[in-house]
Amino acid sequence: MFSPKRRGRTVSLLIVILAYVILQAMIMSGNLSRLLISLLVPVCAYIVAALGLNLNVGFSGELNLGQAGFMSIGAFTSVILAGILNANGITGIPVLILCILAGAAMAAAVGWLISVPVLKLQGDYLAIVTLAFGQIIMSLINNLYCGIDSKGLHFAFVTNTIELAEGGKMLISGPMGATGVSTVSTFTAGFILVVLTLLIVYNLIDSRSGRAITAARDNRIAAESIGISISRTKTLAFVISSCLGGAAGALYALNYSSFVATKFDFNSSILLLVYVVLGGLGNMSGTIISTAVLVVLPEMLRFLQNYRMLIYAVVLIVIMLVSNNEFLKTKAEQLKKKLSANRKKGAAENV
Amino acid sequence: MSETRTPVLKITDLGIDFGGLTAVNDLSLCVYDKEIYGLIGPNGAGKTTVFNMLTKVYQPSRGTIELCGQSTEKMNTIEVNKAGIARTFQNIRLFMNMSVLDNVKTGLHNDISYSVFESIFRLPRFGKQEKDADAKAMELLKIFGLEEKADLIAGNLPYGEQRRLEIARALATSPKLLLLDEPAAGMNPQETEDLMKTIRFVRDHFGIAILLIEHDMKLVMGICERITVLNFGMMLAEGTPDEIVNNPEVVKAYLGE
Amino acid sequence: MAFLSYLISGLGLGSVYAIIALGYSMVYGIAKMLNFAHGDIIMAGAFAAFFAMTAAGMPLIVAALISMAVCTLLGVTIERLAYKPLRNASSLSVLITAIGVSYFLQNAAQLLFGSDTKIFPAVLSGSFSLFSGALSVSYLSVVTIVICLVIMGGLTLFINKTKTGKAMRACSEDKGAAVLMGINVNRIISITFAIGSGLAAIAAILLCATYPSVYPTLGSMPGIRAFTAAVFGGIGSIPGAFLGGLLLGVIETMAKAYISTQLSDAIVFAVLIIVLLIRPTGLLGRKVSVKV
Repeated sequence: MFSPKRRGRTVSLLIVILAYVILQAMIMSGNLSRLLISLLVPVCAYIVAALGLNLNVGFSGELNLGQAGFMSIGAFTSVILAGILNANGITGIPVLILCILAGAAMAAAVGWLISVPVLKLQGDYLAIVTLAFGQIIMSLINNLYCGIDSKGLHFAFVTNTIELAEGGKMLISGPMGATGVSTVSTFTAGFILVVLTLLIVYNLIDSRSGRAITAARDNRIAAESIGISISRTKTLAFVISSCLGGAAGALYALNYSSFVATKFDFNSSILLLVYVVLGGLGNMSGTIISTAVLVVLPEMLRFLQNYRMLIYAVVLIVIMLVSNNEFLKTKAEQLKKKLSANRKKGAAENV
Repeated sequence: MSETRTPVLKITDLGIDFGGLTAVNDLSLCVYDKEIYGLIGPNGAGKTTVFNMLTKVYQPSRGTIELCGQSTEKMNTIEVNKAGIARTFQNIRLFMNMSVLDNVKTGLHNDISYSVFESIFRLPRFGKQEKDADAKAMELLKIFGLEEKADLIAGNLPYGEQRRLEIARALATSPKLLLLDEPAAGMNPQETEDLMKTIRFVRDHFGIAILLIEHDMKLVMGICERITVLNFGMMLAEGTPDEIVNNPEVVKAYLGE
Repeated sequence: MAFLSYLISGLGLGSVYAIIALGYSMVYGIAKMLNFAHGDIIMAGAFAAFFAMTAAGMPLIVAALISMAVCTLLGVTIERLAYKPLRNASSLSVLITAIGVSYFLQNAAQLLFGSDTKIFPAVLSGSFSLFSGALSVSYLSVVTIVICLVIMGGLTLFINKTKTGKAMRACSEDKGAAVLMGINVNRIISITFAIGSGLAAIAAILLCATYPSVYPTLGSMPGIRAFTAAVFGGIGSIPGAFLGGLLLGVIETMAKAYISTQLSDAIVFAVLIIVLLIRPTGLLGRKVSVKV
């Protein structure tokens, strides 16, 4: 009925739509706690960023330790743009749409600039340069001051020298972060962004560029021998990953009235990587589920108080140990083979 | 008689050094249009190194390579492929996690012209070109008897089929010259027999020149029109299969004194 | 003169980074893994020394030995429980496990010792002047630099002269071949973790002598810094880690002194990127090529 490629896409979309419908029903009937409702938009944002990262890590095969940096770029770009739009009397959904587009575009542009030096390197060296860029982005934004008044935008760096005219407002105050953001992100918007992201990622994978990206990962030398430019395909995967990170950042930013640049630090990048690895490299449905579970889990474990992060860490280690256990792996393979044999048998009987 | 045909590949005084070591030296040969040409020699003679120079995995230290009269000196691997040289590898280099069909479609990369934007938004050109690519790829798979296996993962194919798939993928790039690095390695006599037929068919059907490295003398003597023998990076002999078999130097190199 | 004084304190800080980076680099060279929990071993060492000195009133040297013992034990235990089962797993799985271990250590410390900052007792304070008072050098900087040089020298001798050291080099070249030569690879990896963790304890004490506060996430920043230093010098290379650590310390101190404290982080990482662009495998790293 579905080719294997199509199946992945259909399953992912079904999961997301089903989750949306159920959660909406729960919200309407008042069955969803305040805490969980507050997590809906961040979960969507992290899913979008993780899906982008999976394109980079899972399909392109490059370890990226700086995805949070691109979220940060998207987030702060959208804060500035939202400030401008609000000052011009534009509010609501148009602000959200424009901000997501601008955040995505800005992150993609920076991603493209960064990809030139990053993709010259390989393996762990490439990974540390993405880490370095993530830290640099965070450090620069952490020292950025931006305000808006009747005369327009004002910027300052390291020390706040901005003097705003009457009625002006600070948008970004260095280490204090973004302040006074008008919150316009909604769960529905997040849901739509996740669906769009899935379509973008799946459409890209199942195309000329997607094949080139996978080919370059599987066998560099063979890919070059059939005329595929490794740097171009790697750049494409990196830029689209950054772009989705930026869109995610914008969605995230417009959900909070204030947040700081250090929110998008090395730890956030690592967490995104954890979502991707646990979900499965190249597995989009897995990424969606693991992101949702791992963002919500620490909050659900709050009753365990101080033990919750400890348990979280143990869960992480145990999952890795179990999923890489040789004995369990062979068992799983056997089960899989048995299942597919049964399925084939079933199909044959249907003919 | 061969002088009346147009040369596809012309190698003149080709040589390469690694550090102080000369791996290949003073190699000259000419492969004509629609010719099947053999490059043979004992292990370590530098045969694969020649392929690596032709495809610019290595940059030659000396000499010239001309493809249809055009020098490849300034080209990199990708540009050489676009100019018309495609190859297979001694140790198979397929995209093992991709389907058989996708391996061949990846070879059609530069044949497809829709943009990333068009693929993301599934614009009409995407659908049309993908359909064309599917048809072309299936046609190639049919030549190699792999059409039934199009949806399998390449890494799961048996060895002989992987070798054939690699040739199909190389052909997908519409080369003028096909380089085959030990295409019959690991095949049984029956498979080798079939492969010889396929190689001839490919030459006739696509009208291309083929340069192959092979240890299986039955295959080399059976399908190559001319042969160059390399020994220790130097040209030992050149000629038709008959001339090569009867060349005492060649016999000495292969069998020892 | 100011420059010279910054240089010395930079070398002092760099020596601490170098000691941590040596641990990182050795583990990478032999186990081929980025041990992100290495920074948290430093934290454990700092707490061990802190309690030995304050609660048990032990002298610095004894506290240092206890701290080293604790770290060594911890390092080897972590390797046994968390990393050893993953010997054949993908490098990403190992990386995530290391991150899990890092979270575990941080949160365990928070549970056991609380999240408040504890003040490390003042050790090695004071300074002496040179050039008739124009240049003041802290004892701590000198001691740190000397300790680092001694460690570096000792480690080089160990790696090159002893049987275990040679076995380590063999493992880092080719584990498969090392096994065939009768080397117990698991034992070598354990020893590597033991040495790396022991070095982390020394670094912990030197670090706490410079910045006398002890808290559960103490190790994160020096950990990342040392990781950077190891890459800087060429990860897997022992002289590289040493050189990388020293350079990083000097660059950081100079950036803070002459450019901007807030931007020192950005500057350090920018220098790293530039170095890697010029030398893609670090200052002393080796280039690997693929056979076609």
